[in-house]
Amino acid sequence: MSLRRLGPVAALARHAVLLASGALMLIPFVWMVSLSLKPPGEIFRAGFSLLPEQWYAVENYSRALTASPLPRYMLNGVLVCGAILSLQIAICAPAAYALAKLRFFGREGLFTLVLIGLLIPHEVLALPLFILAYKLGLLDTYAALIMPFAVSPFGIFLFRQFFKSIPDDIVHAARLDGLSELAIVWRVMLPMAMPAVIAFSIFSIVSHWNDLFWPLIAVRSEQLMPPPLGIMAFKNEEAGSDYGPLMACATLVVAPLVVAFLAAQRWFVEGLGGGVK
Amino acid sequence: MTAGLTFNGINKSFGGAHVLRQVSLDVASGEFLSLLGPSGCGKSTLLRIIAGLERQDAGTVAIGGRRVDDLRPKQRDIAMVFQSYALYPHMSVADNIALPLRMRRLSGMQRLPLVGGLLPGSRTTQAGIAKEVTRTARALGIESLLARKPGQLSGGQRQRVAVGRAMVRNPAIFLMDEPLSNLDAKLRVQMRAEIKELHRRLGVTFIYVTHDQTEAMTMSDRVAVMAEGEILQVDAPQVIYADPANRKVAEFVGSPKINMLPARFGADLTHAAGTTFDVRARELAGTAGTLGIRPEALHLAEAPGTGIFTGRVRLLEHMGSDLFVHLDLPHDGEGGTLIARLLAERAPQIAFGQTLHLGVRTGRILVFAADGRRVQPDPAPAAVLRSYA
Amino acid sequence: MRAVVDIPEATRPVRQRPDTEPIAACLLAAPAFALILLLFILPTLAVFVIATTDWQFGARSLSFVGLRNFAELLADSTFRISFANTCLYVLVVVPATTAIGLAVALLIESGQSLRAFYRAVHFLPFMATLAAMAVAWEALLHPTIGLANQTLTALGLPTANWLRDERTVLPVLGLIGIWQNLGFAMVLFLAGLKSIPSELYDASEIDGADGTFDRLRIVTLPMLGPVTMFVVIVVALRAFQTFDTVKILTQGGPAKASEMLLYTLYVESFEFLRTGYGAAVTVVFLAIVVGLTLLQARVMDKRVHYQ
Ligand SMILES: Nc1ncnc2c1ncn2[C@@H]1O[C@H](COP(=O)(O)OP(=O)(O)O)[C@@H](O)[C@H]1O
Ligand SMILES: [Mg+2]
Repeated sequence: MSLRRLGPVAALARHAVLLASGALMLIPFVWMVSLSLKPPGEIFRAGFSLLPEQWYAVENYSRALTASPLPRYMLNGVLVCGAILSLQIAICAPAAYALAKLRFFGREGLFTLVLIGLLIPHEVLALPLFILAYKLGLLDTYAALIMPFAVSPFGIFLFRQFFKSIPDDIVHAARLDGLSELAIVWRVMLPMAMPAVIAFSIFSIVSHWNDLFWPLIAVRSEQLMPPPLGIMAFKNEEAGSDYGPLMACATLVVAPLVVAFLAAQRWFVEGLGGGVK
Repeated sequence: MTAGLTFNGINKSFGGAHVLRQVSLDVASGEFLSLLGPSGCGKSTLLRIIAGLERQDAGTVAIGGRRVDDLRPKQRDIAMVFQSYALYPHMSVADNIALPLRMRRLSGMQRLPLVGGLLPGSRTTQAGIAKEVTRTARALGIESLLARKPGQLSGGQRQRVAVGRAMVRNPAIFLMDEPLSNLDAKLRVQMRAEIKELHRRLGVTFIYVTHDQTEAMTMSDRVAVMAEGEILQVDAPQVIYADPANRKVAEFVGSPKINMLPARFGADLTHAAGTTFDVRARELAGTAGTLGIRPEALHLAEAPGTGIFTGRVRLLEHMGSDLFVHLDLPHDGEGGTLIARLLAERAPQIAFGQTLHLGVRTGRILVFAADGRRVQPDPAPAAVLRSYA
Repeated sequence: MRAVVDIPEATRPVRQRPDTEPIAACLLAAPAFALILLLFILPTLAVFVIATTDWQFGARSLSFVGLRNFAELLADSTFRISFANTCLYVLVVVPATTAIGLAVALLIESGQSLRAFYRAVHFLPFMATLAAMAVAWEALLHPTIGLANQTLTALGLPTANWLRDERTVLPVLGLIGIWQNLGFAMVLFLAGLKSIPSELYDASEIDGADGTFDRLRIVTLPMLGPVTMFVVIVVALRAFQTFDTVKILTQGGPAKASEMLLYTLYVESFEFLRTGYGAAVTVVFLAIVVGLTLLQARVMDKRVHYQ
């Protein structure tokens, strides 16, 4: 509504430009899927055609799923993302509630710590956390993948903002109804903060599904690798000779988030775009 | 140069919602006209159609006798003050006020930053604009604020800047959309007087949208009462109050609200609230309708009788000079509450819970037919007799 | 006042129940508090300490060397190249991403039709797994069978071995960075556009600024000023943290032409296991990120005061 209605020529120009830029954005995706459908012969013959002359999808995708432990990578991704998200919500929500609604000694101090935590990028923590994990004998375990992210300053911050906007009277009423403070967090605050929970969940899952840096440091064994690390390993093994299965592998790694994004666009835009603010 | 305004048969829908229906009105040149109505009744939409910000589905708008339906807002010789003031937050007060002049007097090239100032003629034009901005600011008492940004101003100051931006180019018509609704009560009273004074000084046509009847009644030459996309009545404020065209107008104007009593009209008496009144309307004889009685038309009576309300005092509100009495009417006469506005001196005579009698002067009873239409009662037989004598 | 003071002890209202709120609050906050301390604060302090030692991971002993790691850093050609590359990358990616993101947002918002579709298409690269997309980019840029060179050949233009050529490798990584972050900038700008009050456009129309460019100049762009600052900083933060594409596509090569800060940090710390030196690189990285974030906090502050 904010900008005025365009004339027909301008409207057409708008579509032309956006379709062109949109097409450019999609080229890597299209090329990736296209190669994943072609037999090696066609790939190396080079050509512009998007669709293969000889369909080779089944061969490429079954090789992707069998030649590398891709199903295992995906399972690891799900396990790690799920564990991280559960821990983050379980730990952040009560703390956010305490910060938003309760008075206690050290509240200001804790909030300052949260803000400092918000400031520190994870790459900075990699070195000391690597040493810590080594000392604890946790390197190359699921724990090494999960534990560094057990608490999210961003999550605390986001939930605190949301909880603050919930009227105090609701907390008082819940107390009169006999709910314990922990029950208030689970049964009252979190359900009311569903939009924030969803936005944060998307943010967390997308970040950790896509993360390469920390898994690269934390694990070596193939059966622990999450998808980005797995795909890197697969690429290095195949040494670029076997494009079809590699592209199939990449497509399968990208697919879950893309499908989820197309199904719940609004939430993704909110979680990833709005969330950072 | 002031101009009158005419609109005729304006219709407007948004999607399925019919927001304006067949709205027609003539506004005289130099008049202060208020559009008064509850929020959501289509006042802003009507104002935006006059401004050219919205296009009507049907009907015409003419300013100074010239049809403007195909003109852009800037070509219509109007200025508008918005409810949220709509000041440009990144521009100083001076730039805000100067903008309409710059857009009109400088060419596209001259408006360019940096290079614009070097083009021939732009210096002198800019100097002229600056002079007019200062003059306008002085007239509004905001000269000292010219260098500030809107964010550094109080609500009242922003209000004045918005008025200044509208004033600076001498429009033929001022459009104002609830310009005082974001101010606190005290400032609102003050700005009311200032806007009235501004109208007197400029002498141009003002169309003033408000949902606040006090604003409409105190400021306007005429008030157009709107409801649900229609204009119900257009008249001077005192006429709107004393002589409403229908039930909706009577109920919307006046505080406390007018008392509305279900009534049955007989041949020469009217029955309402368990008593009878010396009110007759031949055309309504035998039908049901409503009697409207303004709270101040009621007075204390000594004893029950015809045309006297009797009930129990449910609530007393002391308002300083006035005393509002809420009276519960007995259930056998349909029940309901009556609000009377009495002089405060009466207070010692009245206690909570007591039975009270209230009379009303027959001439001040308003008669409404079942469909809400106002009906003039026939003169009393006594008066008829007297006129024969 | 006196009366209150004089109330005898016995009649003073007694607290019916001990105030458990602080205890409950501490219990609720304790896990988060402990973990932030353990996983964020102490490691950060540890980085500073380690940066002043000559520790090699796995070595039995280490000694305090003061600022020698930093001195070595400044003298190290790899670090200097890495730092210069990163700055160059940021200086290209940030303005381009911001400008294109703004243009796309304005175009999307200027019409009614297909808004969600265009937004989705442009946003897609931002949330797609970059490690996997890097593999797709490599195929796209393949010297013989890649789409890029095929197209250039068909058009009769010179081709290149994009990822193996010192002159092209950094621009290509920049292009991928723009491709990935543009949708993010767009989404922030779209939110900014939505929050411009429509009365401002009405006012500008009445004031006579009703052409597309006048509206842009008088309302849209100035109102987007704070969002733009925000976008610039957030994209800069992301650009400084570029890692996946370097690791997967170039390993910093050829001849360190695509060596970037985070990759250097990774290699020194985890491949060469020069822990003390890696910590010094980490400190530099932290300083940049904290500087930008504090700048961002100031901008956000400004934005609040804008209205
Ligand atoms: N641009 C619009 N789109 C859809 N409905 C609108 C629009 N503008 C106003 N309306 C509807 O028209 C009705 C009248 O609105 P408005 O003229 O703003 O009322 P008022 O100013 O009297 O409060 C309201 O029900 C409002 O929801
Ligand atoms: Mg309105």
